[in-house]
Amino acid sequence: MKTIVIGVIGADVHAVGNKIIEYVLKNEGYNVVNVGVLSSQEDFINAAIETNADLILVSSLYGQGEIDCRGMRDKCIEAGIGDIPMFVGGNIVVGKQNFDEVRERFYKMGFNKVYAPGTPIEKTLPDIKEVLGE
Amino acid sequence: MSRYLMIDFGSTFTKLTAVDTELEDIIGTASHFTTVATDITIGYENALKKLFEKTGEIKFDKIIACSSAAGGLKMAAIGLVDELTVEAAKRVCLGAGAKVDLAFSHHLTKKNIQQILDKKIDIILLSGGTDGGNSECVLYNEKMLADNHIDIPVIYAGNKDCQDEIMEIAQDGGLNEYVCENVMPKLNVLNIPSAREKIREIFLKNIIEAKGIKKIEREIDEVIFPTPEAVLKASELLSKGYMHESGLGELVLVDIGGATTDMYSLCSASAKRSDVIIKGLEEPYAKRTVEGDLGMRYSALGVLNALTKEEIRTINLDENVDMEKELTYRHEHVDNIPTDEHELHIDRIIGQICVDKAMERHVGKMEELYTPMGMVYNQYGKDLSKIRYVIGTGGVLVRNADPYQILKKVEYTPKRPLELRPDCPEYLLDADYILAAMGLLSVIDPLLALRIMKKHLKPIEKTTK
Repeated sequence: MKTIVIGVIGADVHAVGNKIIEYVLKNEGYNVVNVGVLSSQEDFINAAIETNADLILVSSLYGQGEIDCRGMRDKCIEAGIGDIPMFVGGNIVVGKQNFDEVRERFYKMGFNKVYAPGTPIEKTLPDIKEVLGE
Repeated sequence: MSRYLMIDFGSTFTKLTAVDTELEDIIGTASHFTTVATDITIGYENALKKLFEKTGEIKFDKIIACSSAAGGLKMAAIGLVDELTVEAAKRVCLGAGAKVDLAFSHHLTKKNIQQILDKKIDIILLSGGTDGGNSECVLYNEKMLADNHIDIPVIYAGNKDCQDEIMEIAQDGGLNEYVCENVMPKLNVLNIPSAREKIREIFLKNIIEAKGIKKIEREIDEVIFPTPEAVLKASELLSKGYMHESGLGELVLVDIGGATTDMYSLCSASAKRSDVIIKGLEEPYAKRTVEGDLGMRYSALGVLNALTKEEIRTINLDENVDMEKELTYRHEHVDNIPTDEHELHIDRIIGQICVDKAMERHVGKMEELYTPMGMVYNQYGKDLSKIRYVIGTGGVLVRNADPYQILKKVEYTPKRPLELRPDCPEYLLDADYILAAMGLLSVIDPLLALRIMKKHLKPIEKTTK
């Protein structure tokens, strides 16, 4: 069974979407490790190491995701899991911005997939299956 | 009617407590220097003689003991990530009454192996990975232990998936290997009982034999616990109660010794306020931490190192003493027993520092986070603010005329508002050192042990200085 670490990064307490993501992924047959809301980069990375996770899925709803996600790939490299796929989604930047530019910025930070505001988790499933080689 | 004898083979004293089930009380106590270096039975027999002088000859129905003699139980906790399986492994060791002399994360190095040998570790606890999680690290570490022919019992308490491979490596390398359940089967879930049982099993089978304690079993029935585990058992019973006999509810226990300061908290780990989100590894109801660098005598220099220069200056000024000189003196004279006002005063200050620092390390803390929704708090560790009782034990408290002044250092202080310290608890003193004995008795007769504890723990008056 493939393991996916999910959670809401930074000083963000949006709990509902996080539960929906957990529910959907569990129904898809994944081992979901949920680090919950108010989670630091280290919380995600430590969980991924101990559980030997195949994917990290970061949510952010409060607009500060860009600050919270910076340097996360470097920390994964430091922690010995530099190759782990990382997806991010939600309202990940402040205000309304051109999402192509936003996506580009997050790619540069080392994220493999970046989802625009309002993307339902079901829409990301094909990407998840692809990156997990299913 | 039955009569039981409980013995605590401590590092310094062998303490005897005799109990009568009909009187529902302690009928006598006695102590003598522990003689584990020569023959442990000598100290025991002398203490027994002293006891019989008070009580007359008694035929005991059962004699059981706990031991922390010959350095206690020294363990190395090995895990993967510091905040997760290393922390889980440490908590298991502490909960089993051991001292964690070494803790390692990720891959073991040759230097780590050398440290394990140098520190004369009694048992190694190897963990790492959730069930189904990382297995690379534990396999590497097991191989390191096997390749270096470590002749110390190893408990494997990591990822369940590779138990078989671990056993193969252990057998090929001739390791003395034991397997139990994972200490962290799922992320942030702590699983203590299985590994704790294994630690006790090895303690009874190998360790007390190796330390020369086993031969006492010719005289008595058996040694059944490391002493701190007996104390933990007693305090858990005292907190929760037994059958119709109610307990004291949530409590904290402080044991200030010559070499270590032990802090126990017995309370649920759930959030006590609505504005916090609990983070980190799950906390046990009965939690024990040991500060190996905080103690009245052997660890007096550790106390000095735990203080900042500013703190030392403040104490020197406030109390009109020279702490550096006094702590060094006590480290060099470990058998010093205070005889005058000045020495009692110094011991009081050291006790206060031990209590304050040990609580600072034990207690849960909040972390402030500024969000668009305003301030929110993350809580790490246990919230002790609603604790009802704080129980003190240890020579410095018993000898001091005003133990409240030492124990009150556990309390909330506005200087460090984010520490979730007890807020205005009641204080009790274990003046007769009965807790370890009652932990032992609780195995035979929990109700009796509980009643005796409730009778013998004396309320401490809250004085104003």
